[in-house]
Amino acid sequence: MDDLIRDFLTETTESIGQVDNDLVALEQRPDDGELIGRIFRLVHTVKGTCGFLGLARLEKVAHAGENVLGRFRDKSLAPTTDSIGLVLKAVDRIKVIVAGIEQADGVELAGDDSELIAQLDAVYRGDTAESGKSAPSRPSRSTRSRRRAPRPLYRPREETSAADAAPEPLEAVEPPAALGITPAEESTPVAVPAKVAADNVPAAQSQVSGQTIRVSLDLLERLMTAVSELVLTRNQLLQALRSQDSAVVQVPLQRLSLIASELQEGIMRTRMQPIGNAWSKLPRLVRDLSVELGKKIDLQMNGADTELDRQVLELIRDPLTHMVRNSADHGLETGADRIAAGKPEAGTITLNAYHKGGHIIIEIRDDGRGLPVEKIKLKAIQAGLLTDAEAAQMSPQLIQSLIFKAGFSTADKVTAVSGRGVGMDVVRTNIERIGGSIELDSREGGGTAFFIKIPLTLAIVSALIVEASGQRFAIPQIAVSELVLARPDQVESLGGAAVLRLRDRLLPLVRLADALGIDRPVEAGKNNLIVVAQVGSQTFGVVVDRVYDTEEIVVKPVAPILRGLTVYAGNTILGDGSVIMILDQNGLAATAGRMDTDGATAETKTALMARGAGTEQLILFETAGDSTPKAVPLDQVARLEQIEAKRVECVDGRRIVQYRGELMPLVTLDPNAPVASSGNLSVLVFSDRGRSMGLLAERILDIVDVEVDLKMTSTRAGSSGTAVIAGKATELIDVQHFVRTAFREADVVLLSAAA
Amino acid sequence: MTQISVVPAADPAKVVSEYVTITLDGQEFGLPISAVYDILNEQRMTPVALASEEIAGVMNIRGRIVTAIDARQRLGLGKNKGAGSMSVVVHHKGEPYALVVDAVGEVRPIATDGVVKNPPNLKPEWAALCEGVHRLDSGLLLILNVDRFVGGVTSGQPG
Repeated sequence: MDDLIRDFLTETTESIGQVDNDLVALEQRPDDGELIGRIFRLVHTVKGTCGFLGLARLEKVAHAGENVLGRFRDKSLAPTTDSIGLVLKAVDRIKVIVAGIEQADGVELAGDDSELIAQLDAVYRGDTAESGKSAPSRPSRSTRSRRRAPRPLYRPREETSAADAAPEPLEAVEPPAALGITPAEESTPVAVPAKVAADNVPAAQSQVSGQTIRVSLDLLERLMTAVSELVLTRNQLLQALRSQDSAVVQVPLQRLSLIASELQEGIMRTRMQPIGNAWSKLPRLVRDLSVELGKKIDLQMNGADTELDRQVLELIRDPLTHMVRNSADHGLETGADRIAAGKPEAGTITLNAYHKGGHIIIEIRDDGRGLPVEKIKLKAIQAGLLTDAEAAQMSPQLIQSLIFKAGFSTADKVTAVSGRGVGMDVVRTNIERIGGSIELDSREGGGTAFFIKIPLTLAIVSALIVEASGQRFAIPQIAVSELVLARPDQVESLGGAAVLRLRDRLLPLVRLADALGIDRPVEAGKNNLIVVAQVGSQTFGVVVDRVYDTEEIVVKPVAPILRGLTVYAGNTILGDGSVIMILDQNGLAATAGRMDTDGATAETKTALMARGAGTEQLILFETAGDSTPKAVPLDQVARLEQIEAKRVECVDGRRIVQYRGELMPLVTLDPNAPVASSGNLSVLVFSDRGRSMGLLAERILDIVDVEVDLKMTSTRAGSSGTAVIAGKATELIDVQHFVRTAFREADVVLLSAAA
Repeated sequence: MTQISVVPAADPAKVVSEYVTITLDGQEFGLPISAVYDILNEQRMTPVALASEEIAGVMNIRGRIVTAIDARQRLGLGKNKGAGSMSVVVHHKGEPYALVVDAVGEVRPIATDGVVKNPPNLKPEWAALCEGVHRLDSGLLLILNVDRFVGGVTSGQPG
C-alpha cells in the first residue's frame, strides 16, 4: 500500500472517530458554533485529501456530508436529531469505505452510496420532510440485478426516491453479476482485485488505522519474561561488581541498570490500556439508543484512565456495551414516566471505574426504575426457575439476582435493543471467565447499579511485602489502609479472638502465621505490627512479624493446581529473584473466619442484615440474673471497658460514670436488674455522635461470626428478636432503643446501623 | 544443567521410546523424554503455606514461576532425608511444573514392547500414576504418566 494512502487512512480513522463523538455532542449543544466548525473542518479535510488521492467514492460521501454540515455552520439549517443522524450515517459509511480501502490494499471497493448521498443532498437542499419518508420500491429489474451483484456494504433502512431529485444525480454503477468479480467503479483509477469480496470488509478498525500494530499477548509475555531475567541478571552483576571502583565498569553498569529499568517499565505498560478505550464507542451508542427509544439519556463516565490489562479489556467490552444498552432500555423509564415519578426527564447512566479492595471495579449505574422484585419472582416461577415456596423464602436481593440466570427477561415486549433473555447470563459468564464477578444493587424506583469486579490478575499493582514466621508475602497496597504498631497490652482477647482498640473502633485481628497455618513461636512481650486491611466494608488487622517495603509487582496467576487456595491472589517474582505469594485479602478474611468477603457495599450489607440474611459478627454476653445469651453486632460496639463498680454514680435516677472526661450513662437491659456494688463491671460502650453510652453486662462470652436468622421477632422494646447462635437461643439487642433511653430522646439514629 | 548420558539402543530395529530416569527412595522411574523440558539442580524454593504436602513450593526458573511438586510425597514415600535434590521440569496443560526428585539418571531408550503392565499387587496409589514396568538389568523401571502425576495433585485446604 502506498505510504500516502496509509497515512491518509490513519488520519481519517482518527478524525472520523472524533467527528463521531463531536456529532453526538453537537446534538446536546446545537448552538455550539465552535463545535460545528471543528466537525466541518475535519470532514472537509477528509474530502479534500481523498480528492487528491483519487478516492472518488469516499470523496462523494464526504462531500455530501460536508454540504449538510456547511449549512449547519452557516446557521441556515438548525441541526436536528434527524439531520445529525443522517450525517452520522455518512460517517459510518466513510468508516466502511476506509476499512474497505485498507482491506483492498489501497483501492476503493465498489459500493452504492447513491441513496445516502441523495438523502444528504435532500437535507442540504432543505426538503427534509420528503427524504427518508416516502419509499417507493425500486424497479424490479434493478432489485434483481442487485441481488446477484455484491451487496452494498451498508444500506439505509428505508430506500428513497430522492435520488432522482438530487441536484447532480450521483447514480452509482450497478455492477454486473459475473462470477463474483467486483469491477471497479468507473471513476476508480485502479481495478479492485477480484479476490476481495465486498462482503468480507470488516467494519471494525484494523491495523493501519490505529497507527498501532498488533502483537500477540504471548509475545508480550515472552518479552516480559526476558526483561525480568535481564533485571535479575543486572542485579546479580551489581552485586558482584559492587566492590569494583573502576569507572570503566561502574559507568556502563549504571547505564545498563537504567536501561533495564526503563525497558521493564515499558514492557509492563504495553499490556495495559485505559478503560476509556472500551468506553469510546458508548456515547454514540447511547445517542442512537436515545433516538431509537425516544428517551433522553445522559451518559457520564468517570475514571476512564483506570488501566486494565489489554486482554481483560477486550473481554469486558461486549458485556459493558450490553449492560449500557440494558440500562437504557429496561432501566430507564420514558420521559413522561420519569416526570410522573418526580425525577428529571433525562435519565442518567453513569459509568465508574476504580480500584477497590485489590480489584478493579466497574460500576454501571442508572437512575431508572430499578429491578421489580415481584415481577421477576413471577417471571421466574413462570419460567420454572423457582417454585412458589422457594420464591417466598428468598430475599429480594436474591430474587433480583435471578436476572443473571439463562433465559431470563423481564421485558414485556422484545425490542430491537434488548429483552430477548440472552443477556445478563452471558454477561456474567463472560465476566466470570476472566475470574471476575458481578453484583447488583437495585431499589425499585431508585435505579440499579451493577458492580463488575475484575481481579487484579495480570494487572500491575503496588504491594506491601510483609513477613510472617520467616516467610514473605505480598499484600496488595490497595487493600492496606494503614500500618499500626501496638504494644502487647493493647491487644485484647475476647474469648480467644484478638481485637485491638484502634481509636474508637474495635479492630478484629488475624495473625497471618495462624491464618496460613505456619508454625510460629509466639514471642511474648513483642510489639504487634498490624496491617490494617479493608475488604469491602469490613476492616480487620493482619498481625505480621515484619514489614519490608512496597514494590511494584506484576501479578501472575498461580498454577492451576494451586487455584484451590483462595488465600492467594497470585504470585510474582521480586527484584531479588525470589518468588513470593500474593495474599488475596478477601481470601484471607475468609480464612480468618471474617464476615463479608464479597466486598458488598455497606448499604447492601446493612440491607442484608436487616433482612436477616447475611453473616454478621456478634458479641455475645450475659446479663445479671438472666442466663439467656444476648448479642449485639460487633461493629456497633465502640469499646469494651472494665469499670469499677464504686465509680458508678446515681444521678436523677440514672446510673452514670465519669468516662474519658465526660459523663457516660450506664443502662441495663432490664431496668430492674440488680447492679453489683463492688468489683469490676463489664461495659459495652456504644458511641453516637460524639456521645457514649454504656451497656452493663455480667460477662462477655464470645465473638461469633454467624448468619443471623431471626427465629422469632420481638415486640418488646429493646429486643429485635431471638436467633439460634452457637446452639443456644440468643436474644438480639436493639441497641438503638437503649441509646434513646439513655439520652431520653425520641429518635436517635445510631451509627447508621440496621434499624 | 546436568550432563545426561544416552545409552544406545540395544536393537535399533525395534520401536523405541526414550525415557529420563529418576530415582525416588532408591526406586527408578521413567519419564517420557518428550515430556521433559528441563533438568535442574537444587533451586531456591518459596514454600506455599496452606498448600498440600505434595506441593514443594514455587520457584523462579529463568523468569518463569514454576510450581514444584514433591514427587516423593506424591508417591507416599515421605520426606527426602538425603542432602541433595534435583528437579525435572514437565509441562501439563501448558503450564510448567517441576518434579522434585532425589536424583536424575540417564536417558534410556526402551523398546515399547519391553514395557509390561503394572503387576496387580502394585500399590493402588502407584498403579494410578504408572503406565507399566520395564525390566532393566539393574532392576525395574516404573514408567510414570505425567498427566496423571501432575493433574492429580490437590491444592490443599481451601483458603
